[in-house]
Amino acid sequence: MIADIWTTIVEMLDYTFIQRALVVGLLVSVCASLLGVSLVLKRYAMIGEGLSHVGFGSLAIATALNAAPLQVSIPIVVLAAFLLLRISENGKIKGDAAIAIISSSSLAIGVVVVSQTTGMNTDVCNYLFGSILAMSRSDVYLSVALAIVVLTLFVVFYQKIFAVTFDENFAKATGVKTSFYSMVVAFLTAITITLGMRMMGALLISSLVVFPALSSMRICKKFRSVTICAAIISVLCFVIGVIMSYFYVIPTGASVVLVNIAVFVLFWILRFLSVQSKKRANKKKEVIS
Amino acid sequence: MGTVLTAKNLSYAYDGETAVEGLRFEVVSGDYLCIIGENGSGKSTLLKGLLRLKQPSAGELLFEDGLKPNEIGYLPQQTSAQKDFPASCFEVVLSGFCGQRGILPFYTARQKRAARENMERLDCANLSRRGYRDLSGGQQQRILLARALCATKRLLLLDEPMAGLDPLVTQDLYKQIADINRDLGLTIIMVSHDVKTAMQYAKTILHLKKEQLFFGATQTYLESDVGKQFFGGAA
Ligand SMILES: Nc1ncnc2c1ncn2[C@@H]1O[C@H](COP(=O)(O)OP(=O)(O)O)[C@@H](O)[C@H]1O
Ligand SMILES: [Mg+2]
Repeated sequence: MIADIWTTIVEMLDYTFIQRALVVGLLVSVCASLLGVSLVLKRYAMIGEGLSHVGFGSLAIATALNAAPLQVSIPIVVLAAFLLLRISENGKIKGDAAIAIISSSSLAIGVVVVSQTTGMNTDVCNYLFGSILAMSRSDVYLSVALAIVVLTLFVVFYQKIFAVTFDENFAKATGVKTSFYSMVVAFLTAITITLGMRMMGALLISSLVVFPALSSMRICKKFRSVTICAAIISVLCFVIGVIMSYFYVIPTGASVVLVNIAVFVLFWILRFLSVQSKKRANKKKEVIS
Repeated sequence: MGTVLTAKNLSYAYDGETAVEGLRFEVVSGDYLCIIGENGSGKSTLLKGLLRLKQPSAGELLFEDGLKPNEIGYLPQQTSAQKDFPASCFEVVLSGFCGQRGILPFYTARQKRAARENMERLDCANLSRRGYRDLSGGQQQRILLARALCATKRLLLLDEPMAGLDPLVTQDLYKQIADINRDLGLTIIMVSHDVKTAMQYAKTILHLKKEQLFFGATQTYLESDVGKQFFGGAA
């Protein structure tokens, strides 16, 4: 049985498209989960959701213009990220409503553009739900280069990102350029989401940002362990998800999300049980004393 | 003793609506200033101004001998977002140095030592490895105070630091803040709703009610009409 699975996995790794998907997917998983910790804790998770929809719109336009998808999408999504960040920081406009407007507008524009050019065919389906066949060789190179940029900046700015995430007012009052670091996070998120979108799907990519962070927060106490653990969870879920999608012939994006959900539920139960047992131990102590 | 900051006819407003106006006061180095007043009298607004998180709508706020933001420590009112934040206490305390590191991506050994010393000063060194979200409110405030000490050697601003803490913990924290003022020579500016205890420790009082009702030494305040009235009401 295990030997069977093993031979299938080895056979799977022979396909160039799977190799490419794995390289890009693993890098995107790590980047998304690292940024996700900060986004979730700052209540900015919806920005990821908004950006992926903008990504869909820009992808549709790129295809219509017959232009390289990533080169067109990345600048548009980065711009949208700065816009969404400004809206979320500015308390006056309702941030979530603004994000909903931008999301649905981008989706609508995307759908119209696609239907006018290539027609409502499998392309739309692939954009929305992802396709493992999406990556060309040059996409892989670009993805690797950008992922290295994202990871490097994240490590260099890690302490600042922590300070700004934990307490923005304190950081700002004590001389940290908080709006710059928020912009950095938004910028890196935009790049990560655009890179992962075509494989994971515009509707599913933001789960890569949210789930690993939420799962690892269930079990880790330190910010650094939350961050590292999120990256590990994300990578494992991606690999298992890809293997599952190959075995059961289901779309990769959805398969990866399902694995993430399973892990989240598992960790949620673990935390629940440990909190319960702590409570019980405390009660015992009280009875004794 | 040098002056740390001077407010000259200082006012703050939200969208053109004045929150507090016409403030004229001076904080000298080593002072312990308590800002008091009823809810909505503009105390937090003024503190935000002193932290340079908010620009004056009129007047001027002068920082003498170029006090930079990264020389100010701050203990905020606790926000709900922080309560369930996954971080170890040491990570939180160390982040007080964040404004002072320039572009260095990591904290130096000296900063780590100083962070530990600050935790020892506040009797919370034993919490170092504990999760911040698992602590009681009093312990969390202590950790945030240790973080504020990391951020400053000159000026410490506190916004109702004792809100929601039990009396014993409150007394203890007040003592420690007084110690910091005396031993480290830090200038303290504290917003407080606990007027009685504030009188006990503060050297100077600033009483606000959308404008400045009183500014001067604590003793003078207690003997003034404003002081008698407010204190009479509060006690
Ligand atoms: N973010 C804000 N936007 C608009 N008005 C505000 C804001 N914060 C405070 N105010 C107003 O400014 C006044 C002073 O508030 P504040 O400084 O918080 O008082 P205090 O801290 O003394 O209770 C109040 O009338 C309050 O309604
Ligand atoms: Mg207040």
